[in-house]
Amino acid sequence: MNRRTFGKTALSTLALMAVSSRLAFAADWQSILAEAKGQTVYWHAWGGDTKINDFIAFIGAEAKARHGVTLEHVKLASTADAVARVLAERDAGQTTGGAVDLIWINGENFAAMKAQGLLHGPFAPALPNWPLVDTMGKPATVTDFTLPTEGYESPWAMAQFVFEYDSAKLAAPPRTLHELAAWILANPGRFSYPQPPDYLGLTFLKQVLYGVLPDPALLQAPVDPASYDAATAPLWAFLDAIHPALWREAKAFPENEPALGQLLADGEIQISFAFNPGRASAEIAAGNLPDTVRTFVLEGGTIGNASFVAIPFNAAHQAGAQVIANLILDPAIQAAAQDPATLGFQTVLNLAALSPTDRARFDALDLGVATLSPADLGPVLLEPHASWMVKVGEDWVKRYGVTK
Amino acid sequence: MTGLKIDNLTIHHQGAALARLHGHIPPGQVLTVMGPSGSGKSTLLAALIGALPPGFSTTGSVTLNGRAVMDLPTQDRRIGLLYQDDVLFPHLSVEQNLGFGLTPGIGKAERRAHIHAMLDRIGLAGLGPRDPATLSGGQRARVALARTLLAAPEALLLDEPFSRLDQALRAQIRALVFELAATLPVILVTHDAEDARAAAGPVVDAMGNTLSL
Amino acid sequence: MNVAARALGLAPWALRLGLGLPIAAGLAGTLWPALKDHGFQSLTAWPGLPRAVALSLGTGLASTLSALVITFLLIGCLGGTRGFATFRHLLSPLLALPHAAAALGLAFLIAPSGWIARALSPWATGWSDPPDLMILNDPGGLALTAGLVAKEVPFLLLMALAALPQTDAPRRAAIAASLGYGRAMGFVLTTLPPLYARLRLPVFAVLAYGMTNVDMALILGPSLPSTLAVQITAWMAAPGLDHLPTAAAGAVVQLALVGAAMALWRLVEHLTAPLIPALALRGRRGRALDAPLSTLARSLALLIALGLGTGLAGLVVWSFAGLWQFPDALPDSLTLKTWAKAAPDLTATSLTTLGIALAASLAALGLTLATLEAEARSTRPLRLEPLIYLPLILPQIAFLPGLQILALTLGAKGNAATVAAAHLVFVLPYVWLSLAPAYRAWDARIGLTAAAMGVSPARIFWHLRLPMLLAPVLTALAVGVAVSVGQYLPSLMLGGGRVETLTTEAVALASGGNRRLIGAVALMQMALPAMGFGLALALPRLAFANRRGMLAERGPA
Repeated sequence: MNRRTFGKTALSTLALMAVSSRLAFAADWQSILAEAKGQTVYWHAWGGDTKINDFIAFIGAEAKARHGVTLEHVKLASTADAVARVLAERDAGQTTGGAVDLIWINGENFAAMKAQGLLHGPFAPALPNWPLVDTMGKPATVTDFTLPTEGYESPWAMAQFVFEYDSAKLAAPPRTLHELAAWILANPGRFSYPQPPDYLGLTFLKQVLYGVLPDPALLQAPVDPASYDAATAPLWAFLDAIHPALWREAKAFPENEPALGQLLADGEIQISFAFNPGRASAEIAAGNLPDTVRTFVLEGGTIGNASFVAIPFNAAHQAGAQVIANLILDPAIQAAAQDPATLGFQTVLNLAALSPTDRARFDALDLGVATLSPADLGPVLLEPHASWMVKVGEDWVKRYGVTK
Repeated sequence: MTGLKIDNLTIHHQGAALARLHGHIPPGQVLTVMGPSGSGKSTLLAALIGALPPGFSTTGSVTLNGRAVMDLPTQDRRIGLLYQDDVLFPHLSVEQNLGFGLTPGIGKAERRAHIHAMLDRIGLAGLGPRDPATLSGGQRARVALARTLLAAPEALLLDEPFSRLDQALRAQIRALVFELAATLPVILVTHDAEDARAAAGPVVDAMGNTLSL
Repeated sequence: MNVAARALGLAPWALRLGLGLPIAAGLAGTLWPALKDHGFQSLTAWPGLPRAVALSLGTGLASTLSALVITFLLIGCLGGTRGFATFRHLLSPLLALPHAAAALGLAFLIAPSGWIARALSPWATGWSDPPDLMILNDPGGLALTAGLVAKEVPFLLLMALAALPQTDAPRRAAIAASLGYGRAMGFVLTTLPPLYARLRLPVFAVLAYGMTNVDMALILGPSLPSTLAVQITAWMAAPGLDHLPTAAAGAVVQLALVGAAMALWRLVEHLTAPLIPALALRGRRGRALDAPLSTLARSLALLIALGLGTGLAGLVVWSFAGLWQFPDALPDSLTLKTWAKAAPDLTATSLTTLGIALAASLAALGLTLATLEAEARSTRPLRLEPLIYLPLILPQIAFLPGLQILALTLGAKGNAATVAAAHLVFVLPYVWLSLAPAYRAWDARIGLTAAAMGVSPARIFWHLRLPMLLAPVLTALAVGVAVSVGQYLPSLMLGGGRVETLTTEAVALASGGNRRLIGAVALMQMALPAMGFGLALALPRLAFANRRGMLAERGPA
């Protein structure tokens, strides 16, 4: 990580430490546990992936067994549904007993809720498992799309953008953005990306920005309207060049990440990508992809971020929600999440800070035939400021949103 | 042999014989089939016209003016049918109802002429553009008859066509029907003895047995 | 007795309130943001607006017209034949298939990497990789139109068959045939006009759905841009919530479009009305049309049944599939893993869905019967039809958000009861549509005869009218259950996200592309209404096995 991000991360962490020391006196974890016992926590989280749904169910079983907390997974088609719900409750004057106890959230949604005062907190640094989180080595755990979390959300998984391909059909995948473009042009109809404003699609665009901008550091600051057009010109030039050779000639795009994955599974495209380095192995284990699928990253690194959970200000079961947030940071749970047979998500924990027994859990994991080792994953590029995603997304729709 | 020749036509339903008819009806003669409701009379007409519901079967043959009709589809049998309700199509005017019945292949002007001539004949001149619902029961019965005859059928089946009409009208309409159908073999199904007497032809029951009035 | 009669008189008002209040509140709650926050400005700034409007109108009108023509073809050409009876028995499961499941099945069938391509590859086509063909999500909306037609023909057919007895079809067909008319021509000239008049309501419901549906459009429809309704949904769900005014403005425009489409339809009706009488006057028998039209009707019926059936079969196979790659026609291996993992959740979800469906449908049935009976006993006819059509014509996306705020303000917690209450608003019109024609067409002379014998109105209702209308009542109930099972937005928005129905499950999964689980959920989604329709068909047949006059009409001979 460069000096600028290191400085920002250090500041964020210091702020959190200050907050957490105050909180250490303010909240007694035992009383939270006692209050949480018997509660039913409604965790609103995207429900489009069975493996994630199963994992959440697994957390629910652990919560019930360890703490007597029942977990209900409310399956969403989009996180914004839960945000809208809390907002509607706030507008209707409902300041307690809200329907949403916990939200799987990050990025824009988090920024929106935080700005509108819809979140309960700060709570994360007071969680008993917080010291295990690798805030220094994984700055994305305390900085959400350049916004400091300030303890209003607790991380639970790391994501990094990786490409996927079938090694039986493609011998040597491209290693730079320009090699990718050349490959696309040479193999028309075998590449696509999810349609913006889909999250993964926008991430692909951001990844392209990192590759075409002369000075990517621009991305860490909010969008400057004066220099925006000049800055993004290479992005649109890149897209204009590859679109005619895209799947369906860019007249249609897959809707989201799983849809893109399904295209790879169906053989319609030959290079796909995902935000989860372990997704391909997990899919192979589940029998959805052939075992010749592999992953690769670009030289220079790919974008990474963290997924968080946040608690709405009017949550009916705040104590239970906090117990769940803490439980997700438990090393046993984190190791289970990283197991490709379960999920294949990257952990947010600092392995060096774990006890030998817990460390062993991680070492014992078979990451899967398609997953790159942490060393091979390469550098992690930080998420740009949220305003970039918004503006680029809008402009994409303006330029390509209507087929000619 | 002209006319309707029925050779032991028997309607079967679930193994039993429901109705039977046998005989020769020359043009101009009316065969009356009498019996109480539900005795199978209407089934005979349905069989003759080719509209038997599933589950019924027939044996025997029927020849009309030398053509065997039992194997033909309804459209080709050239047998006209009058129900007890006039079943005039409410979405068509009187003239259009009649035009519906008139045989095809005639030019537009000629069609109009035929229709008007028929309206005159049944005493409803000038009522062409009218909505059938605005006509009286007797008038509607006459239009229904006219429609059937305009198709130039070679035989006519009457399924209790006068039972909906009041006493005064009945005789009038009956006379008109028999007058207009004077050149056709006719089968009349009824439970009214007056109808049978006016028909002045042989009378049988649903199983083909001769009745005396 | 008097109390009951008095209470019965209130039934129409209960129905008016039950429908009108949620709609009014919902509309106000959704349209207000459009007006106060410059929603229309941002709407017109969207470059996809003209195309989305054209798509909405185009797919809606084309699919509705096609479905109607096909329905008439089926009844006119095939009515009464054995093939028609078979197709009728396929009707119930096809009807029970929720739109989303049908769309997903069709999508897998026709996609370039879909079942048809897999079955034909590589031996017939030479493909070892799927071709890059724009079949699904085509910008012209053809795939969407096809999906809509396939789903709406069974519905229109059922409505037409329910209305057919009131058109005196068998006798008219017999007369037309005896006058020498071909089957198709005879049908068009004698039975189609009154039949269509009774079908206008369902046709408008089909038109409204065709123009404003979100689930089928998401799966089969274009995405650049999407249809207007899909875009409105996307705006409502956008993070930051600052697209709400745009969404609201879009909802207003969608509303206006539906109105315009219906006005256009009525205009065309008016202009083409003189055609049939003119044809009748000319007396052309149209015998030559029968053979080709029959073949066409049979082929279309087969195409629809096979399309939907194979689509569903494909989903079912996926639910048991191990690894399944292109161009294999069948999976490498079969497994029960998907079902085993899904079973506990699926059972719970199915029970919730069934509970809500029964609650909403029975309530709707009760209100409908009470109101219809009140109308029968009073001297004045009720002018309820406009209010009843409203939930069918108003896009759900236009008033559900407002309804959500209303529920919150009233303190109604998101639970199965709130969802059932919301479902009532959308189930009631279909139950009414399905039942009212048969109810009103009941031979009043029977009631009069009984009354003359001194039988009380209550006894006439319970012992005469209701038993004689058993088939329409059960069908209406089955329709209500099917409609409820297929609801998405009401379940999502008014359940606070806590109420999981089979359809919310399916849509959440559809956004994830997991065909195996979708197959399992789709099967359950279909099973519930299918049982309902099966009972609706079977029970009257059992009850009236020896009463030929009670069984459904037979088509033209």
